[in-house]
Amino acid sequence: MTTHPRSPAAGLLQGARCSRCPVAVYPADSTCPRCGGPTAPAALRGGGTLWTWTVQRYAPKSPPYVEPPGGFEPFALGYVELEEGEGVRVAAVLDVDDLDEVRIGMPLTVSAGDGVPRARPSSRTDEEEEEGS
Amino acid sequence: MSSNDVLICGAGRTPFGRAEESGRQLAVSAVNAALADAGIPWSRVRAAFGGSDSAGLADTLVAQLGLIGLPFVNVKNGCATGGSALVSAVNAIRSGMADVVLAVGFDKHPRGAFDPRPEDWGLGEEYGSDGLMVTTQFFGMKIQRYMHDHGITPQTLARVAEKAYRNGGLTPEAWRRKPVSAAEVLESGMVSDPLTRFMFCSPGTGAAAIVLCSPEIARTLDVPATVTLRSAAVRTRRYGSFEVFSPSIPGGELTSVSRDAARAAFEQAGIAPGDVDVCQLQDTESGAEVMHMAECGFCEDGEQEKLIAAGATEIGGTLPVNTDGGCIANGEPIGASGLRQVYEVVQQLRGRAGDRQVPGGPRIGFTHVYGAPGVSACTVLSH
Repeated sequence: MTTHPRSPAAGLLQGARCSRCPVAVYPADSTCPRCGGPTAPAALRGGGTLWTWTVQRYAPKSPPYVEPPGGFEPFALGYVELEEGEGVRVAAVLDVDDLDEVRIGMPLTVSAGDGVPRARPSSRTDEEEEEGS
Repeated sequence: MSSNDVLICGAGRTPFGRAEESGRQLAVSAVNAALADAGIPWSRVRAAFGGSDSAGLADTLVAQLGLIGLPFVNVKNGCATGGSALVSAVNAIRSGMADVVLAVGFDKHPRGAFDPRPEDWGLGEEYGSDGLMVTTQFFGMKIQRYMHDHGITPQTLARVAEKAYRNGGLTPEAWRRKPVSAAEVLESGMVSDPLTRFMFCSPGTGAAAIVLCSPEIARTLDVPATVTLRSAAVRTRRYGSFEVFSPSIPGGELTSVSRDAARAAFEQAGIAPGDVDVCQLQDTESGAEVMHMAECGFCEDGEQEKLIAAGATEIGGTLPVNTDGGCIANGEPIGASGLRQVYEVVQQLRGRAGDRQVPGGPRIGFTHVYGAPGVSACTVLSH
């Protein structure tokens, strides 16, 4: 499908798409990593499935890591394979309630925010929204 | 023997681990050991290539080795530093630039080294502040997907580490020499799922050096016990590979720089993976050794599960892998690792590997390094 570039909206991943080959990149870059050609900005839709994951079990070295206000808690991270022909897997912190429930293939929705992309399990509402869009 | 052949006439290494000496001092020790092994004086060396990632410039070693006026080129190529130095040395001989050439690699990393900064990788600072600039995450995520696709179990990862420590115990210069059981490996604490603490190598200190020469010079100088370097190849990643610190990776089937470098090395040598009697594969952690067995062409994806359980990669197995304990037991001084591998295979092919000698007189050896940001160097050696 074609992703309609829209004005930067909360949640959409601001990536880029090559003008010559079917390559999408995140974050946006001015050149295509495959052919070196020019790219155009593209908002990538965040629906997808978990391609791989791990858990950060100990606090990363600080700096550069900044501990959250409540202190370090182990967190999951992974790559989400975006659906709908985006052809790209995006690194994200996984906002899951239970680290033991993380599985390859689980449906997730990635969204952009202040920090790195974050992914949370797709709810029924998300899926309906995607179908309706 | 083809006219392109280059001979390894001397090999030396220092103990790896923690050391009082500087990286440069260790490099001088390794070079002198390699020269003594070859029976060639420093004054007879006509060109040198070498480097470290973070322990200084190799060309300054001439102050301690002797100021003899030879060209000495610094190499800085991440984990492929040793391999790139070796390829440069090979090409110097093949081109006629020099007939006796040194390759040296060394490093000294403090405990818990490798503190990458996001800006050095072209990433936004949020990748650092949110905790994604951690190398072990990449290794965990790559083997996690591989295990899912190809049926590799945590037990197999543990067996790889168990073998590394067992072989380290047979290697006087190794860092980790105490045996660790597979059960202890699994219970050593999760670092980056599915990889536990004892499955990882540690940044460390050490040096290794190789002296190479042309076949004519080997005859003239009456060098004992040479090994033929059949090929040496270095490659960088192609589009579609999965590397450390990637904010996104392409969809579809992954490409592999290790697969590319290994294939090039085997093609240049006219030798197939099935001909190899002993090999060294980059084992930054257990999962890397498992995946590199397939990426370098030694088995199909997924066959490792049965091969490792059957002992195929043990010293007495059908394909001994990392007979000196690899990176897991030797640690990782980045600049030195690639040449440590060559040192070990040279010892094996000469039948001088002591307690860890592969039985039956191995004739063909292979080495493989892999590192960030997607670089690999491979060699094929024969005796």
